[in-house]
Amino acid sequence: MSAHLQPTGSAYFIAKETELAETHTLSVLVDNEPGVLARVIGLFSGRGYNIESLTVSETEHEAHLSRITIVTRGTPHVLEQIKHQLERLVPVHRVVDLTVRAADLGHDRPIERELALVKVHGSGEHRVEALRLADAFRASVIDANIEHFVFEITGKPSKIEQFIAIMKPLGLIEVCRTGIAAMNRGPQGM
Amino acid sequence: MSGTENQMTGAEIVLQALKDNGVKHIFGYPGGAVLPIYDEIFQQEEIEHILVRHEQGAGHMAEGYARSTGKVGVMLVTSGPGATNAVTPLQDALMDSIPLVCISGQVPTPLIGSDAFQECDTVGITRPCTKHNWLVKDVNDLARIIHEAFRVAQSGRPGPVVVDIPKDVQFATGTYTPPSAVPTQKSYQPKTQVDLKKIEEAVELMKNARRPVIYSGGGVINSGPQASHFLRELVELTGFPITSTLMGLGAYPASGKNWLGMLGMHGTYEANMAMHDCDVMVCIGARFDDRITGRLNAFSPNSKKIHIDIDPSSINKNVRVDVPILGDVATVLEDMVRLWRAASKTVDKARLEDWWAGIAKWRARNSLAYTPNDDVIMPQYAIQRLYELTKGRDTYITTEVGQHQMWAAQFFGFEQPNRWMTSGGLGTMGYGFPAAVGVQVAHPESLVIDIAGDASIQMCIQEMSCAVQYGLPVKIFILNNQYMGMVRQWQQLLHGNRLSHSYTEAMPDFVKLAEAYGGVGIRCEKPGELDEAIRRMIDTPAPVIFDCRVANLANCFPMIPSGKAHNEMLLPDEATDEVVANAIDAKGRQLV
Repeated sequence: MSAHLQPTGSAYFIAKETELAETHTLSVLVDNEPGVLARVIGLFSGRGYNIESLTVSETEHEAHLSRITIVTRGTPHVLEQIKHQLERLVPVHRVVDLTVRAADLGHDRPIERELALVKVHGSGEHRVEALRLADAFRASVIDANIEHFVFEITGKPSKIEQFIAIMKPLGLIEVCRTGIAAMNRGPQGM
Repeated sequence: MSGTENQMTGAEIVLQALKDNGVKHIFGYPGGAVLPIYDEIFQQEEIEHILVRHEQGAGHMAEGYARSTGKVGVMLVTSGPGATNAVTPLQDALMDSIPLVCISGQVPTPLIGSDAFQECDTVGITRPCTKHNWLVKDVNDLARIIHEAFRVAQSGRPGPVVVDIPKDVQFATGTYTPPSAVPTQKSYQPKTQVDLKKIEEAVELMKNARRPVIYSGGGVINSGPQASHFLRELVELTGFPITSTLMGLGAYPASGKNWLGMLGMHGTYEANMAMHDCDVMVCIGARFDDRITGRLNAFSPNSKKIHIDIDPSSINKNVRVDVPILGDVATVLEDMVRLWRAASKTVDKARLEDWWAGIAKWRARNSLAYTPNDDVIMPQYAIQRLYELTKGRDTYITTEVGQHQMWAAQFFGFEQPNRWMTSGGLGTMGYGFPAAVGVQVAHPESLVIDIAGDASIQMCIQEMSCAVQYGLPVKIFILNNQYMGMVRQWQQLLHGNRLSHSYTEAMPDFVKLAEAYGGVGIRCEKPGELDEAIRRMIDTPAPVIFDCRVANLANCFPMIPSGKAHNEMLLPDEATDEVVANAIDAKGRQLV
């Protein structure tokens, strides 16, 4: 058996994946009915796909439609499978790979935004420093007493990562992130 | 929708909806949470209920019923253990694309989530093993959901669905909506429009092919009799050789001159070699399953591949194809036949002569050969005799899972679609007998035989009681070698011949067992007595268990050992003990 073959845990040998894994953002339009999120998540866990971020909320109340935004990682072949498998679910209306669509539209990537609440110890000189940095990141203070701040920050995931990293030495207490909301630039819908 | 005339209880709605969807038979088992529905069943005569002995049996019966008729199979189970027992047939139907509607009872809505008696999260448990499932919380949604369940089960790639109905919803009164008045769920609209350009592209490839092969599968059967009709026409027109998966047997007749036999792990030498060496492969309603492809990176390395499938997720899943054609097999083949006819004037028929000459050489290897024996019945011989003696009869065959299943696929020739019911994807031991019962319900006058192994048959043997109750003269033909033969074969191949728990030391007396259930038992131990015994079985108008004692240590060949390619088959005349022991190397041993 040649060296580039690997056991798959299934029935046979599968040639080692030569394609590189990519991170893509998918938008999934679904009927807002009980269990729909479980179907989507179950599909990912059952078939061994990755979820890096997941956001879900009703977007069209009258039509009972929810929009799920999933950031996933896989080779182009696996990403295509994920799309087809999602489309097979009965309550799924549409699946759009926003990353692919962005490339088609000539953009680097889709608009991706996240909101985070960041609770930080704030006393002494750290207090001033935390406030100054929050200002630079356009984070707003939504709760505070003489010992702490809660900041609200919105932006690209990388900006939020950076803000959290900076807050760590200043006395980071806890973080809550919403996961990514995404859509493409330009006048067209998904 | 007006007035009180359409006001019914949930249980009445269930029965009315089943009738309006053309249901004649349901397979089920009563229990607390479905009693209102059973009360309605009692008070009507249009739908016949078949009382099973285990919910798994109900599911496989519904599968056999569906597979042999092309209709939707229906099962009815209670909450909790009733629903969990249905999981195996649901997954079986999912993997083999069988349209199945399972109606389950649930504890009353206010008790859901309270760990009530016989409660389980049925929709949660069955979510990954169904195409879709519903928990009905409002009686006014019930009719719509049942109609939708039937639509989802049989449209696109068929599959199983579950409708879970709490007991209070069955008692509640609501409005019945007939199927015609129900709007379909907008999100689920399987694509039916076929891209003609792709078919043209395929025909162009096929025209210039010098070493073509058609590889057909269960999708041809699912698509209906028209699909088999056009498949036969396409083979006739093109002169291409054709092989089929386990699930596709019968779509093209085994007596047809272009037939290569089944392909895959236990397929014929000529079928697998043709797949390996071809330059154009036409895959029709099959899904490049691992039992078909062998080692993927050595799978048909030099061919252009055309793939016809109704399910977009099947395309490029395991094997990357060159021309994907999305659509129903019958529709696509109809167009393909039409385009081929138009193009056929420019096709050089002689170009295939070398290819057929090569195939003739592979055929001459006679890969299904076995050593006949005058003293003990060889299992292959038993299937051959069963086939010969049932020829010309209106016969349906089901199987369990194991060696006997492969021998049946290799040695029983199928001439028509829907005559062969087997658990291909899931490989469910215990499938064959209840499936046969379901087939017999649908075809009461036909000869229905479950070709079984001595181990498999014991997994759903309780349905003998059901067969006897309804006077269903199903025949169980057991190839009894006292081993789990396929398990033993793999232990010989992979595990140094250490036969861990694959021998059944205490075997029931199958003749007495048949009699205990009220059926007929027949035992045969000598090849010379086999024909007479088989005739007796066929002529018995009652359920029969036929205990056919076969050579204990016979193995199933040819075989592609795991981790090997199509052209590295193990042929019967080469399969000495030593070769068998060393056929699979250390890496292959990690696989199944």
